[in-house]
Amino acid sequence: MIHLGESLSGIRMKKVLSFVTILLVSVVFAGVGLAKDVELIGAGATFPYPLYSKMFDVYAEKNGVKVNYQAIGSGGGIRQLINKTVDFGGSDAMMSDKEMAEAPAPILHIPTCAGAVVVTYNLAGNPKLRFTPDIIADLFLGKITHWNDPRISAINPGMKLPDMNITVVHRSDGSGTTFIFSNYLSKVSHEWNEKVGSGTSLNWPIGLGGKGNPGVAGLVQQTPGSVGYVELIYALGNKMPYGMVKNAKGNFIDATISSTSLAANTELPDDMRVSLTNTNAADGYPISGFTWILVYKEQNYGEKPEQKAGEVVKLLWWMTHEGQKYAEPLQYAPLSKRAVEKAERLIKSVTYAGKPVMK
Amino acid sequence: MREFPVRKRILADKLFKAIILLLSFACILPMFFILFFITSKGISVINWNFLTQLPKPVGEAGGGIFNALIGTLMLIAVSTLLSVPMGVLAGIFLSEYRKGRLVYLVRLSIETLQGIPSIVIGIIAYVWIVLPVGSFSALSGGVALAMMMLPVIITVTEETLKLIPDSLREASLALGVSYPRTILKVVLLSGLSGILTGILLSVARVAGETAPLLFTAFGSPFMGFNILKPVNTLPLIIFNYATSPYPEWHRLAWGASFVLIVFVLGINLFTKLVTRRWKVQF
Amino acid sequence: MPGNDTDDISVELQYPMALLKESATPDVPTKIHARVKARWKSGFSESSFRKILYFTGVCVLVLLAAIFLSLVIASFPAIRHFGVGFLSGSTWDPVRGEFGALPFVVGTLIVSFLALIFSVFLSLPTSIFLGEYFTRGATCTFIKSMIELLAGVPSVIYGFCGLFLLTPLVRSLEVKLGVAPYGVGILTAALVLSVMIIPYSASIGREVINLVPADLKEAAFSLGATRFEVIRKVILPYARSGIFAGILLSLGRALGETMAVTMVIGNSNFIPTSIFSPSNSLASAIANEFTEATGRLYLSSLIELGLVLFVITTVINVLGKVIVRQMGVEG
Repeated sequence: MIHLGESLSGIRMKKVLSFVTILLVSVVFAGVGLAKDVELIGAGATFPYPLYSKMFDVYAEKNGVKVNYQAIGSGGGIRQLINKTVDFGGSDAMMSDKEMAEAPAPILHIPTCAGAVVVTYNLAGNPKLRFTPDIIADLFLGKITHWNDPRISAINPGMKLPDMNITVVHRSDGSGTTFIFSNYLSKVSHEWNEKVGSGTSLNWPIGLGGKGNPGVAGLVQQTPGSVGYVELIYALGNKMPYGMVKNAKGNFIDATISSTSLAANTELPDDMRVSLTNTNAADGYPISGFTWILVYKEQNYGEKPEQKAGEVVKLLWWMTHEGQKYAEPLQYAPLSKRAVEKAERLIKSVTYAGKPVMK
Repeated sequence: MREFPVRKRILADKLFKAIILLLSFACILPMFFILFFITSKGISVINWNFLTQLPKPVGEAGGGIFNALIGTLMLIAVSTLLSVPMGVLAGIFLSEYRKGRLVYLVRLSIETLQGIPSIVIGIIAYVWIVLPVGSFSALSGGVALAMMMLPVIITVTEETLKLIPDSLREASLALGVSYPRTILKVVLLSGLSGILTGILLSVARVAGETAPLLFTAFGSPFMGFNILKPVNTLPLIIFNYATSPYPEWHRLAWGASFVLIVFVLGINLFTKLVTRRWKVQF
Repeated sequence: MPGNDTDDISVELQYPMALLKESATPDVPTKIHARVKARWKSGFSESSFRKILYFTGVCVLVLLAAIFLSLVIASFPAIRHFGVGFLSGSTWDPVRGEFGALPFVVGTLIVSFLALIFSVFLSLPTSIFLGEYFTRGATCTFIKSMIELLAGVPSVIYGFCGLFLLTPLVRSLEVKLGVAPYGVGILTAALVLSVMIIPYSASIGREVINLVPADLKEAAFSLGATRFEVIRKVILPYARSGIFAGILLSLGRALGETMAVTMVIGNSNFIPTSIFSPSNSLASAIANEFTEATGRLYLSSLIELGLVLFVITTVINVLGKVIVRQMGVEG
């Protein structure tokens, strides 16, 4: 016997169902109509992420344009830009000539600031250690295995270093920070250059992988006796110790805003694709690098309206001018006057359908 | 005569029962641990601000998960709309035609589809939607989740409809109701509670999915209602915050986990209770 | 009692349950359809409705085929470049463009099998507990619900709890053993994974143990066997293939699990050397590197990893379900 009660509730059920369906459909389609404000999408480096998230927060408040930046690593920024799924990419690894050739159209590298990559570690008492280039290379090659190795003690007299295993932590994702770090190591260590090389994703001989600068910082923080490399602000923000590094002129330099700026005080090419590692600056921190915003030179692609291209250019201009004042409080080195001039020239060369966007 | 061996056997039996009891209860210990930790660490984070504010930039205190909540709801809406019509119809197909080449192949496809790892589904949604459209979007995330909901909805629909006795169908047809009407308005409605249960359960499952959304919905620090743009979801925010080194973000992740687990387990418990009440009597 | 037990089980597990019962459904519908067809010559809505039904069925088929084809086409550059060597290559070097899947295959297999071993220790007793000792009642419902809730907890939450609760414990264990105190690694991932896959083998195991015919058991009891002996010598051998199928299904789930594993496996692209090594599974490698694979070869290599994962999980899952279906026929 079928309960009649069931079929009656069936009718009520239908009404409820149709209501729910209408609700769902309106949720889905409401947004499409509502969103008239411009939203820019960017992705890439975690290196400048603390700075960018502050910059974009302020920019949204001041100009009403939302910039959605996801820190997925420099490799991701390059890849998504090439795929044209984002409006701009963030990267501390400059694109190689081969990558530029593979890209569908010319890409500009607009510098936004310079930062330092520090060697951070987890040792009791947070000692301030000194490192030489070959020690860093051998640490990350796995050739130095204990903290009380004589080579480390030799340049750190007076420090009591424990007989602990060294756990190496590196990036698991495609990273510009890795690029800067490995670029430096390739310059200072012959063995590193041959065995590992420089790039955003490496075949690390040893160690744990963390995702993003935050991932590496997290792992080093939690693993006693570990050593890793992160952008300066990640070490500072988590109160992690980091070492002084001997630069090309033989001085042990601590990573600060001024030592990074000094390293950036070098010959700058027009396209701003330049490495700042191991420069000749006497007091420059040797593991420094620019971080760039990557955009296509020709903004008319994928049905992008001209207004949006204008917003992209406005954002770039703001980041290299008014936005620069947020760099120092977050321990990033703002662009020098010469760097800003070069950046201005690059921004002015952005075109839409052949005509420059900036008037 | 043989008392010793019997005693040994009885002892072995009792010992075995004790071990089984112990291990079975040990089985559910993890559940208690998870619930305990998430509740104790997460419940203190929940307040009005947490639920209604947007995430703050790195290093700044406070912030909330409002956009993640909205994003999760949006994705559920998109994936439900995409998967339910096709799923229910396919389930009807399987329950009406029970034998045959096509039926066999379709069953096989559903089994295969259900077993596909969620990250592979994410790759597919990226290749099919994100690349051609040119941007990450809630739509691509919804498509990925819909592909994961589909096998469950088809299976539940088929099972529910199979349980409805053919006498109901025959009675309806005998009264002159057309075949489509019979199926849709008589048979389907009778099994509605079961089908709705299945839909709810698959919603609970995809609400917690992260892997396929890593490169489709993408995440966002902003509030958005547009399905053609990236959105943030609860599982994504948990993943990003949990793997960060900032204690403040860890705290928020516990809170978000609490919200998510209440939502998912709530649906699971709700369906258990409701199923008992709505069972159609024949 | 058809249908009574099915409602109590979470939806994901219902289909395998149903397969067990399928043989019980009589083959009435085809006769009805013949009658209906004969009676209704008119009614365009019927034939177009049927066409729609057929079409939906075909759509499901097409969807699966499209998924497989997309994976193959997108991995084509890598397939062409590396050929079969991809599976045996042990170097994953994005800088030099050398991609071999072996570290991930090994990582996936080790973590999954280890998780399987850990979980069977808990799920098999639970199946026996629920299938033989407490088949009804409050205790049964309570434990059954708890196990099903385990299946409902999202993967990212497992990963989160594993990262913050389990990792420190493993780390202190490693310190005691004098091994490198990573905390994360194969052991941690296997432990987290084992909890996640308990429900799949426990539920199916319980069903098959429950289905063992009462007369077989009663015959053994009447011969003076203790419960332990009945379980050991009658029930388990009888339910053996069903239990095995349940284990296969949980293996299939373990192989494809992404988030929880990514968060605790340590992310190292090398073939692991010990249970405490960090490693990477196929799924976690994809999750880590997909969004940033620069270069066509890199991206298509990652997609080929997805293809390998797809094939492995499909084979295991379909095998498990076929056995479950056969069990239904047998029973």
